[in-house]
Amino acid sequence: MLAFFEQYPIISALIALTSLSLVFGAVLGFASVKFKVEGNPLVDQVDEILPQTQCGQCGYPGCRPYAQAIVNDGDQINKCPPGGQTTINALADLLDVEAPSLDEEHGEESDVKTVAFIREEDCIGCTKCIQACPVDAILGAAKHMHTVIASECTGCDLCVEPCPVDCIDMLPVEKGLKDWSWELPQPANIIATDKKPHSENAA
Amino acid sequence: MRKIWDIHGGVHPPENKIQSNQKPIGVMPLPDWVSLPLNQHVGAPARPLVKVGDHVKTAQLIADAEGFVSAPVHASLSGKVVAIENRPIPHASGMQAPCIVIESDGEDTWTELQPCENYMDLQAEILLEKVRSAGIAGLGGAGFPTAVKLQPDANKKIDTLILNGTECEPYITADDVLMREQANDIIAGAQLMAKLLDNPRILIGVEDNKPEAIKALTDAAQNTAIEIISFPTKYPSGGEKQLIQILTGKEVKSGTLPSEIGIVLQNVGTAVAAFQAIKDGIPLIERVTTVVGRSLQIQRNVHVRLGTPIQHLLSQHGFDENNCARIIIGGPMMGYTVDSISVPVIKTTNCVLVPSEDEMPTPPPTQPCIRCGHCADACPANLLPQQLYWYSQAQDFEKLQAHHLMDCIECGACSYVCPSAIPLVQYYRASKGAIRQQQIDKQKSDRARLRFEAHKERVEKAEAEKEAKRAARKKAAEEARKKIDLTKSQPAEKSDTAKLDPVAAAMAKAANTKADPADEKAKIERNLESARNRLARFNHQLNDARNENDEARAGKLEPKIKQTELKISELENKLAQMAKT
Ligand code: SF4
Ligand code: SF4
Ligand code: SF4
Ligand code: SF4
Repeated sequence: MLAFFEQYPIISALIALTSLSLVFGAVLGFASVKFKVEGNPLVDQVDEILPQTQCGQCGYPGCRPYAQAIVNDGDQINKCPPGGQTTINALADLLDVEAPSLDEEHGEESDVKTVAFIREEDCIGCTKCIQACPVDAILGAAKHMHTVIASECTGCDLCVEPCPVDCIDMLPVEKGLKDWSWELPQPANIIATDKKPHSENAA
Repeated sequence: MRKIWDIHGGVHPPENKIQSNQKPIGVMPLPDWVSLPLNQHVGAPARPLVKVGDHVKTAQLIADAEGFVSAPVHASLSGKVVAIENRPIPHASGMQAPCIVIESDGEDTWTELQPCENYMDLQAEILLEKVRSAGIAGLGGAGFPTAVKLQPDANKKIDTLILNGTECEPYITADDVLMREQANDIIAGAQLMAKLLDNPRILIGVEDNKPEAIKALTDAAQNTAIEIISFPTKYPSGGEKQLIQILTGKEVKSGTLPSEIGIVLQNVGTAVAAFQAIKDGIPLIERVTTVVGRSLQIQRNVHVRLGTPIQHLLSQHGFDENNCARIIIGGPMMGYTVDSISVPVIKTTNCVLVPSEDEMPTPPPTQPCIRCGHCADACPANLLPQQLYWYSQAQDFEKLQAHHLMDCIECGACSYVCPSAIPLVQYYRASKGAIRQQQIDKQKSDRARLRFEAHKERVEKAEAEKEAKRAARKKAAEEARKKIDLTKSQPAEKSDTAKLDPVAAAMAKAANTKADPADEKAKIERNLESARNRLARFNHQLNDARNENDEARAGKLEPKIKQTELKISELENKLAQMAKT
């Protein structure tokens, strides 16, 4: 055996490399079956970034379908108005592409968060809004007054259209003490700094 | 001499304590009205128990705690409740919040109190309940409900109770004078609290710039095991984690409470409040507040009823509005400015500072960070303020968290030493708020995702069920047809095959939906009737339109008439069929 290796170094090197590659190939093949990741992890990551308003403004029936379209069909990442520029930037970061600005065709970004409110005395109990709500945030029964669970409402707007008596309003979310936080200070103005103290002293 | 430890960093700003700590604690005339915010503590706001128009007595319970981390509110005067509404509160936002406003009747009649002389014999639960119902919340400034902190936890043995008499912030002397004047109450309060926590050792930490206070406490604690420890003055030794490190050498892990390492920390003022609540039955309706600043003629400490408008407080001390640069609640390092002088004194208001412009000039304009590193040297929490500043500007929340922004105690030592006068703490406060908001949003969107998925599942299931029903119905119809085919293959009965199919289907459907043929007939008749009426109406309208030569309208009506006629003939057919079967 040893004598054979010594006599044919090239062949023995080839044998060694081949057997190594076979062994590693088997290990890798086994690992890919054994540790297979369920689902598409990239879709999950994209879905994680989307705001989950489930409003359909992107043209898909919810955030996850849009995430799937981005990952699988290479759709544009600038179609989600509720997420706005922050979401686009985060997506661009994740997918390592240039961040485009929001596609106005799908709607405008708004600063105010809204929540649906049913004027209960006008509701006729037709249940249409329940069917429209993508997150089941509306409670009610046929011919009875309906109401929105404000804490679960994503402000998607989808229930407003179907209501036959127009008794659903989108109200801005009230900002209380709890939501308040300090503002970032104005950044230092680098150019003016060497002059300002003097002019102020003079004044 | 006991070993004491040192903390990293720290600064030595001018103390400015002499202005206010030379006079005894003053007593204020009662204000005309008080405004008591429902949320003077950390946690859920209290729930009002009185209505507008009610007459209340001093120390009467007017709002009860809502939930575990909450504290009740008591009337601080006797008089009439004139409003329960949003009023200005001492808060950096300048926002308003629900307050109970009481107009004084000038008599200050108290409700009946329940004093207790042999308080040391009471059971721990009863003592704790007394502290809870007295509405005591950390008087040092944080305002955490005291009873929650004193609640013993079966899993964690508390071995050290620390009373914080540090008062490291410049200008403030409320605790200093309290320790001088009421040392006995502090010691008694400490013993009571220790009883609640299953008798740990008691340490009282006081900075060495308060010799009188140290002496008073040492005298009062003579025959007890309580240790009074003085240590070198340095800001911010009075921070919770800092004081623990100074006195015990232990560090509290990031993101945990001191109770994790068996330590509970209370302010000395809180100890007095707890003592008074238990012995005399007096709830927290009054506190000691430092009133200081060069725009005042008298600078001192006063006992002030909670809810007293700052305006009243200042006017009693010769306040010169024109000489006042700003109104600061708290000290110069950690306090915040308020715009309105109608904000009330609340449980956490330890100081009202009204400096003149030359005393506290407007800070010079901000300049770029020169990376001198002074801030990192000064930070008591061992952070890198210049890096935090950098990431705050970029709003890079991940990096901020990686650099432990959440451990910043907002002490302001970094801003104090910064040669570029960067308002560092404000950056950190803003970023902390943004991170908190981001976490809340994240939670909400996670919940929305779950609900969306559940909704989708539900809709799909309902759809599948409908589909199954439809299939079952089709099958039933087919079977019915087969049956009829069978009966039909027997010698000929009635109608021909062409008509049979729809009839069979209709029968099968009827059998399936279990509709009564009589009902069905009545329904068709009703439809027929209304269709005929409609036809008559259309014809009438058509005539009108023709008479008025309104061709457009006539043109619109004609197809409608055709449609209705068709419908009528269809319905008549149906009726005829029904009559046959
Ligand atoms: S547009 Fe609406 S449905 Fe589409 S990803 Fe954005 S929030 Fe989700
Ligand atoms: S759609 Fe409008 S009327 Fe119908 S149940 Fe909803 S709120 Fe009531
Ligand atoms: S404010 Fe925060 S970062 Fe600045 S010194 Fe204090 S703990 Fe350190
Ligand atoms: S002290 Fe100010 S200038 Fe110096 S490193 Fe810190 S932030 Fe920069």
